[in-house]
Amino acid sequence: MLELKNISFTRNNKKILNNINLTLDNDKFYVITGPNGSGKSTLAKIIMGLEKPDTGKIYLNGEDITNKTISERAKLGLGYAFQQPVQFKGITVYDLLKLSTNKKELTKKEACNILSKVGLCAMEYVDREVNKSLSGGELKRIEIATVMAKKPYLAIFDEPEAGIDLWSFQNLTEVFKEISNNSNTTTLVISHQERILNIADEIIIISKGEIEDQGAKEKLFDQIMNPKKCCKGGTPCE
Amino acid sequence: MNKEDETLLREVIGEDVTSSDSYNIRKNGKLVERKVNPNINIVTKEDNSGIDIYVKENTLFGTVNIPVIITESGLTDVVYNDFHIGKNANIIIVAGCGITNNGHWDARHDGIHRFYLEEGAKVKYIERHCGLGVGDGKRILNPVTEINMKKASYMVMDTTQIKGVDDTIRTTKANLESDATLIVTEKILTSKDQVAKTNFIVELNGENASTHVTSRSVATEKSYQEFVSNVTGNTKSYAHVECDAIIKEEGQVKAVPEIFAKNVEANLVHEAAIGKIAGEQLMKLMSLGLTEKEAEEVIIEGFLK
Repeated sequence: MLELKNISFTRNNKKILNNINLTLDNDKFYVITGPNGSGKSTLAKIIMGLEKPDTGKIYLNGEDITNKTISERAKLGLGYAFQQPVQFKGITVYDLLKLSTNKKELTKKEACNILSKVGLCAMEYVDREVNKSLSGGELKRIEIATVMAKKPYLAIFDEPEAGIDLWSFQNLTEVFKEISNNSNTTTLVISHQERILNIADEIIIISKGEIEDQGAKEKLFDQIMNPKKCCKGGTPCE
Repeated sequence: MNKEDETLLREVIGEDVTSSDSYNIRKNGKLVERKVNPNINIVTKEDNSGIDIYVKENTLFGTVNIPVIITESGLTDVVYNDFHIGKNANIIIVAGCGITNNGHWDARHDGIHRFYLEEGAKVKYIERHCGLGVGDGKRILNPVTEINMKKASYMVMDTTQIKGVDDTIRTTKANLESDATLIVTEKILTSKDQVAKTNFIVELNGENASTHVTSRSVATEKSYQEFVSNVTGNTKSYAHVECDAIIKEEGQVKAVPEIFAKNVEANLVHEAAIGKIAGEQLMKLMSLGLTEKEAEEVIIEGFLK
């Protein structure tokens, strides 16, 4: 279980997160959604340790991890897929998957199986460098594969659909369905996509740095898809 | 040769030197051992210090190892090695120099390697340089590589200097005739107060000649590196020069690109990027469970792979 207590984060005099309190239960599939600039990615980064909150505490299964480094959190079972996948000169897809699984003996076949799950024709990719020769969509899938390979206790995906074409998106939805069915992983996905929202157990809506609403998918999905509020200012239209 | 020599040789060649079809081992300026075969002959120069390597035309999949080791502090060894590669031959050459300096005097090796590739010849040339030993005398290496490529010849040059060399000036000059292709990859890691300077001078003289030069370097502590490339397209030709460098601590890297198109059909590209390891790269690897130091090592190892 992950608990965020009174998390606030301000940069350049702008309050990006304001007193966030959130609990993520084990084995559930959560989707965070909300307008651009509402603080979703910052919250994900704070959970992984990429950013440090100004105030507040983070607990993982009761242990205070607020001051733990990224590496320490990774070792405790947190995994994170970057919104903008990182590129490396000289490091191959296979190298990265080996590091992800922490298995020096990871076979090429095992690596290929992981890549196949994110819709990549594995043998073509496994020895390629994770650099600009790959398209944005390919890099994105590889990024997702590194988190899947890690089999984390809590997997965080920051807008996994960004940069992936519509044709491949269906395949990606299947990947997330599989992750959600895996009873050993709690999943937190930042997404605006209906298909991803539709497979959530719970949806968290963030707006202007605060949690506006949180609840079961059945409760919030229709509300998001058929808003009764105008997008500007949140004042009622009717 | 003693055990220390064998370790140094392995460091330079990467495997057992004597497993090759042909080889010439030079230690402290003198021939130690040589092996030739009907297709690859090695002859000691009469007018100069060095050897001529003759590869017969149509020789396929031959290998030649030409290592030099220096273990005497205070020695300066200058050697001229000329490689004559026959028409349509296809060969792998592994050369390089390792210096173990346990004394107070500088030890220096200037290896001048000249390549003459006949029409259609193919060469993979692997060159490794390293310095070992605990002495405060410098380990100095100044390799010069001159490459002359006839029509439709092809050469890959993979050159590496990973550790222990205090001072180096590396010069590579190439002249390419029509349809010739030269691919150069250089990897250098410097530390302490080491200095490494590299000069690439390539003349694309024949129609459709092409070259791709990639330099990847890491300068750490107080070391300094300089990369100068000068590619001239005299006719319809193609060149791509990339210089990528990572700097750490007080390391410095200077890149001086020069591309000169003397013909409207010449297509020459230069890219250079120097900077510290990107924070996102470290964060990504740390998010997989590596410490910051481990992540840095993986990034540098990959970069220089």
